[in-house]
Amino acid sequence: MSPGNKIFRLIKQSDHNGYWFVLPYVIFFLTFIAYPLVFSFILIFHRWNIVTPMQWVGLKNFGRMFQDPLFFKSLVNTLIFLAIHIPLQLLVALGLALLLHSKIQMRGFFRAVYFLPVVVSGVVVTILWQQLYSYDYGVLNTVLTAFNLPRIPWLVDPGFAMPSIAIMATWKNVGIYIVLFLVGLQSIPHELYEAAAIDGADTVKQFFRITLPMLNSTIVVIIVLSTIGGFSLFIEPYVMTGGGPMQSTLSGMLYIYNQAFYFNHMGYAASLGFIFALFILAVVIIQRKVVGTESVS
Amino acid sequence: MKKALKYFVLLIGMVIFAYPFLWMIAGSLKPEIEISDLELWSSKLSFHSYAQVFTKIPIGRAFLNSMFVSLSVTTLVVVLGSMVGYALAKLKFFGKSVLYLLILFTMMIPFQITLIPQYVLMVKLGWTDTYLSLIVPAMMSGFSIILFRQFFMSVPQALIDAARIDGCSDLRILFQLIWPLSRPVIITVAILTFMASWNDVLWPLIVVRDRSMMTMPQIVTIFVTGGEAESQLGLLLASATLLALPVIVAYAFFQRYFIESMAATGIKG
Repeated sequence: MSPGNKIFRLIKQSDHNGYWFVLPYVIFFLTFIAYPLVFSFILIFHRWNIVTPMQWVGLKNFGRMFQDPLFFKSLVNTLIFLAIHIPLQLLVALGLALLLHSKIQMRGFFRAVYFLPVVVSGVVVTILWQQLYSYDYGVLNTVLTAFNLPRIPWLVDPGFAMPSIAIMATWKNVGIYIVLFLVGLQSIPHELYEAAAIDGADTVKQFFRITLPMLNSTIVVIIVLSTIGGFSLFIEPYVMTGGGPMQSTLSGMLYIYNQAFYFNHMGYAASLGFIFALFILAVVIIQRKVVGTESVS
Repeated sequence: MKKALKYFVLLIGMVIFAYPFLWMIAGSLKPEIEISDLELWSSKLSFHSYAQVFTKIPIGRAFLNSMFVSLSVTTLVVVLGSMVGYALAKLKFFGKSVLYLLILFTMMIPFQITLIPQYVLMVKLGWTDTYLSLIVPAMMSGFSIILFRQFFMSVPQALIDAARIDGCSDLRILFQLIWPLSRPVIITVAILTFMASWNDVLWPLIVVRDRSMMTMPQIVTIFVTGGEAESQLGLLLASATLLALPVIVAYAFFQRYFIESMAATGIKG
């Protein structure tokens, strides 16, 4: 029997309701995922301002990227963001999760408060922190001067602006990671600690020999989610600084947005998106290698 | 002593996470010159800033837009997603495993790749400045399909077979038999979808330029960045408070579900 006939027979024997139930998804997939993917692949080889016909440029978009200081700037900015955001996020989340995991009263209440910024729109958080960071009247500098410390030029100094955004992003997202750490901590069998205590291991040793290794996959998941977040950073610099001062908060996504929707450089913007997506995919693939398939349910 | 230190750190944390919101709400009610004070109380609280926000931008209309869009997206994601999840978990058809792998694959595609072509598609379809552009591209999600599939796998096959013998159609089995058993997963998908839809700003900024069609976070963004607030702190904080309030109220009631749902996203990685 030819393969065509075989497939035909298999389809005939199938539960036809199955096809009806997945039909909306198939249409959705073809229209809003497959078509844009193919179109994106065409677009990166073209120059196009969306009005006049497309113009084939080969690999020139990528050549241009290598000579584009703003592309490198946005990449470096993203890395600065991640270099501050990820360690800070892990430390604060793990610290608070350990405290919440110990025997304390009102655990649910504390957890709920730490989680509050997660549910609120990034726009709200950004407007709010823009005021907290204000040089002359901001709450943070008021507190600093009350302790006789110098004011910090949070958003006005190019050296401070991206770290400031990274701190704000940590404040916004840390609640999710506290919850992930709590789930991880609860899954560690109690017998491990009992056995270690019998062997004479103190609390510090238990933490480094049992707790931390058992949280390994949680930590990797958090690093990956934060990295994807860093490469998708948009609304915070868009609202807070517009990418300034001196392009110091120009994120990858903000640069793509500017290229596409201010300058109408659709081909170049698509190429930038393509490159930034490759970075994200690399991180995801490394994660799969490190954690294996256990976290993929 | 050690215990006291623990509570001290937890309380400091609480102040760090809660005080800024209280300061924001207080600031939206205080007169302009008192806003930068650390105090949360003033003798001259008023709704003056709110009144001005309502006259300067169509924020009421934006609230209704956001509600309509987010509720439509959530309903579609739950109904259509559970149908696909049911087919993948309980129906036998040729091509099922390919489809399943395909959906897992789509979850790995970074949105940076598809964003611009999707915008072009909206332009070609003539959907910019309409609800369609805000609802249709978000009406299905691979992640929720997978969540539904995982949950439905645990529903005993015998239950479904029994319903079949009684002459139930697959639609009735899904919506009248399985749905009532699936409250946890439906709540998870609904909360995650609603929150993502309500808080999204990038996509609305791209496809909507007409002020009467703007979503709530979008119009607040435009208000703040476009200079309409004329750098009056009270107005900025009032618009931010209006945007935060619906979510905070929902969170106050369904706090546990929010946290559990977000914990489920960790599995995605």
